[in-house]
Amino acid sequence: MKRRINTWSEIDWITIILYLLIVVLGWVSIYSAGYNEEHNKIFDLSQRYGKQMILICGALIIALLVVVTDSRFYSLFAYIIYAIVILLLIVVLLIGKEIHGAKSWFEFGFFRLQPAEFAKIGTAMALARYVSSKSFNIKNSNNVFNAVVIILIPAVLIYFQPDTGSALVYFALILVLYREGLPGGILLIGILMMVLFVLTLMINKMAIIIALMVVGFMIFLIIDRKIKRFLIAVLIYIGLSGTLFGLKKFAGLGLSVYFILILSLIISGFIYSFFIYFYRIRKAVLIYMLMLGSIIFTFSVDYAFNNVLKPHQQKRINILFGIDSDPYGSGYNVNQSIIAIGSGGFSGKGFLKGTQTKFEFVPEQSTDFIFCTVGEEWGFRGTSLIIILFTTLLLRILFLAERQRNGFCRIFGYSVFVILLFHFVVNIGMTIGLLPVIGIPLPFMSYGGSSLWAFTILLFIFLRLDISRLEYLV
Amino acid sequence: MKNIYENRKYVFGALLFLVVFVFIGKLFSLQVLDKSYQTTANRNVLRYIIRYPARGLIYDRTGELLVYNEAIYDLMISPNLVEEFDTSVFCDILKITHEDVEKKLENARKYSYYTSSPFLKQVSSETYAVLQEKLYQFPGFFVQPRPIRKYSKKIAGHALGYVGEVDEHVIENDPFYKMGDYIGISGIEKAYEEVLRGEKGVNVYMVDVHNRIKGSYQNGKNDKPAIVGTNIVSTLDADLQEYGEKLMMNKVGSIVAIEPSTGEILAFVSSPTYNPSSLLGRGRSKVFETLSSDTLEPLFNRPLMATYPPGSTFKVINGLIGLQEKVIYKQTEFYCDGGYYSGRIHVSCHSHDSPLNLPEAIQNSCNAYFCNVFRRILDNPVFPSVREGYNSWRGHVLSFGFGQKLETDFPFELKGFVPMDSYYDRYYGKTGWSSLTVLSLAIGQGELLITPLQMANMTATIANHGYYFTPHIVKEIEGEEKIDERFFSKHFTTIDSVYFPIIIDGMDMAVNGPPGSGSTARIARIDDIIVCGKTGTAENPHGEDHSIFVAFAPKDNPKIVLSVYIENGGFGATYAAPIASLMIEKYLKREITRQWHENYILETDLIHNEKEN
Ligand SMILES: [Zn+2]
Repeated sequence: MKRRINTWSEIDWITIILYLLIVVLGWVSIYSAGYNEEHNKIFDLSQRYGKQMILICGALIIALLVVVTDSRFYSLFAYIIYAIVILLLIVVLLIGKEIHGAKSWFEFGFFRLQPAEFAKIGTAMALARYVSSKSFNIKNSNNVFNAVVIILIPAVLIYFQPDTGSALVYFALILVLYREGLPGGILLIGILMMVLFVLTLMINKMAIIIALMVVGFMIFLIIDRKIKRFLIAVLIYIGLSGTLFGLKKFAGLGLSVYFILILSLIISGFIYSFFIYFYRIRKAVLIYMLMLGSIIFTFSVDYAFNNVLKPHQQKRINILFGIDSDPYGSGYNVNQSIIAIGSGGFSGKGFLKGTQTKFEFVPEQSTDFIFCTVGEEWGFRGTSLIIILFTTLLLRILFLAERQRNGFCRIFGYSVFVILLFHFVVNIGMTIGLLPVIGIPLPFMSYGGSSLWAFTILLFIFLRLDISRLEYLV
Repeated sequence: MKNIYENRKYVFGALLFLVVFVFIGKLFSLQVLDKSYQTTANRNVLRYIIRYPARGLIYDRTGELLVYNEAIYDLMISPNLVEEFDTSVFCDILKITHEDVEKKLENARKYSYYTSSPFLKQVSSETYAVLQEKLYQFPGFFVQPRPIRKYSKKIAGHALGYVGEVDEHVIENDPFYKMGDYIGISGIEKAYEEVLRGEKGVNVYMVDVHNRIKGSYQNGKNDKPAIVGTNIVSTLDADLQEYGEKLMMNKVGSIVAIEPSTGEILAFVSSPTYNPSSLLGRGRSKVFETLSSDTLEPLFNRPLMATYPPGSTFKVINGLIGLQEKVIYKQTEFYCDGGYYSGRIHVSCHSHDSPLNLPEAIQNSCNAYFCNVFRRILDNPVFPSVREGYNSWRGHVLSFGFGQKLETDFPFELKGFVPMDSYYDRYYGKTGWSSLTVLSLAIGQGELLITPLQMANMTATIANHGYYFTPHIVKEIEGEEKIDERFFSKHFTTIDSVYFPIIIDGMDMAVNGPPGSGSTARIARIDDIIVCGKTGTAENPHGEDHSIFVAFAPKDNPKIVLSVYIENGGFGATYAAPIASLMIEKYLKREITRQWHENYILETDLIHNEKEN
């Protein structure tokens, strides 16, 4: 039974106000980044800020359309919309326009569309529909596998464009499955593997192995809380590797350092097994296995990267993680970006007064590096305001998602949350030099129609679904 | 409904707060605690000086250096930092006019007010030495060193290729390249671009308001040295190449020489040629214009891209196919009465003894003989129709590498043309053609089109008794164990190796037959080396026919194979054969004993004579 309710009094105005604030601040920054003496009219359509103004108006109309649509539409048509976006991703690979070496765009005259941005909406809908269906059980590995496939199909297609940054966003959706009951251990191991993967490519194997061992021993200490046993464990290990190093040095055995470290780890593992047998410290086995597994994983990543991957694939991964060979590449962007933000100081240089973020100092100024402009012109006050706005918005979405009574709405809400979170973290993290340069936009702020519209649709579908909890009593 | 996993919302919340904490902390340290950025960033004090790597060197097969690098300097400008300066001193140093300065300043401002761009490219080291001392007087200008290609000899322009600035299209599609970078545009420079180019480096400096470098930014933390490109050993023999180019002076055509046991290209001459260093430096665009408007097309890469009908050289292929299909044997004889007659069709022949067997027919290059052979191949009763006969013949032909790219390491290779049966269907209807209709294929005329490189490769296949290695121009890449795998596999033809000696005997007799026996290429004979060869003439509807000669030597254990093309050179023996012979002597003996022979070729001028006519 459907109840009549007033959409405009029930819709979550807090979210809308936060949304509008961020969009307006984004436009102001784009205006400032593109501003110069010759072009200073707000509606100058030859400039990015002029175009963005039109795009924002378009976004508001789209938001309105999304809200007046019947909420059942979104769950009913979830799979169809998913199929359409997948089709678009395939078509763009075939006939898309290639810009900067990636086939990511459809071009219609003066207008360009990036299907990868819109694919997030379809994927979130399909995931929500599938995971909320009655037949879905988080404990059934087949079901979980299917859900992961829903996420991976668009990611793989986007990877082939190649637009690795946008492809990575989809992995964030796996976090939604955690909220729905996926064991945390699986997630932790996944995260551990990803971190190790990146570290292996970026720093010395040796450092990773030593760090892993130290962490392993520390966890052992924390869990066991017996300093004596901890010391014995460490002594056994040091004694073993010391003996082996001695053999290497004085008996002239041709042992590699890695071999020694690993051999002593395995042998000491056997010795610990006795400990465990006598003292029943089960968790020690787990730590030991995890540590050994991690080290083996580190070696295999290293091996696979250097011996299995072709040079162009290595290059793609290197670029993704900012280990770029090109001097004017990522290092340049990040340096310029940090200088720009740093020069803003506490209160900034003032609106339109930025010197670093004008024109070409920071490339991709109005798209991926828009946060720089804020940092330079509004200083620490501006940057923390933006971070607070985003945080509040994200918390609000989390709150709204939790108050849904229906699985579809909650899962969709969480999808919106993790997608926005991922973009927020990666974009700002890269701009301030904490994360490698992965070119993805800052939601609602970066210049570009596809990303603005796609995020707007994503957010307003969720707001529409939120109202529907009052319409239907399920 | 209470969800049992609801508590996990706190994990998400905690994650968010962790991020916020880290971000705010980092921003606080960057914007509030660290004052260094605030004092320095009032203007763009960082200067990125790109360290251009030297491209890899190119050697010939004997280790002789062919291509190397020399330093030149680009004078760069950052328009936003330019202040009033003394233009006359500036012009004196650079030897340019005041108008030049105005124009270049305006161009640079138009390109970008804040990003630096080249003001004057390729300043010599002498000018640089003077400029360097006065540079402080010209804020906004700085010097960017860069290596430029140098050639030790003026040879092998078409094989080595040249480098030039990248265009917009390349920059859009490959993030490796930036405005002003150089890239290989043809030849080895293009084919091995990724090997030769090396990696750009960068030095980041702090610069004060007086345009003086104050030192490395962050102690050179962001600097990166340039990585020099990898050296390459080419398969070319520089002496042979130089000699070939000398012989081809005042002639239009090409020479391709290959070592048959490896597929390595020993000489790659395209005539007229150009001096590779003329396409570098400041005069480049003018030279390029002159070269491209020349009617003799010096920039045209003839060995790879010129396609001609093979003429009589193709008789060796038809002979081999006839043997393989068992429609003839070594001793099979045909009469020749001044040509081949069938109904209204007539293919004429020159006068010679008759009848001839197969080797003799190759020696004499008898047209009638090969018309007979060709008809037997196509009208072979084992095939239900001429179409199957033709397709079987075509299959054999393709196995020699004709009608397709050989997949050498050169860019821009052409396929040539071996018509499909459907090609004739279109002209004559599905049942409208027979072996007689396509008879010109018997003597290598008609629709067939073959490049000089494919022709040399065919000769290598014969010298090897039935297989070839894909021809290639690069022998070694420094630091790599091997060049590409594809250059080490034998491509076998569809002809059994036992049939090749019969054809080779014919080619031997064509060069070394006793006087008066009808040998067509006695002019290619060398006393103590057994040269095997075959003449050919490519019909040219636009003028004098093209002269072709293919050869290999010595007969046993061949060391070199060649195809020589002389455009408008008439019959194959006239010019092509003696040139091939001299090349063989040069390569195998390293000296020329037949001076009169050499003089005859050197004195021949087919370009200027023709123009007078
Ligand atoms: Zn004859």
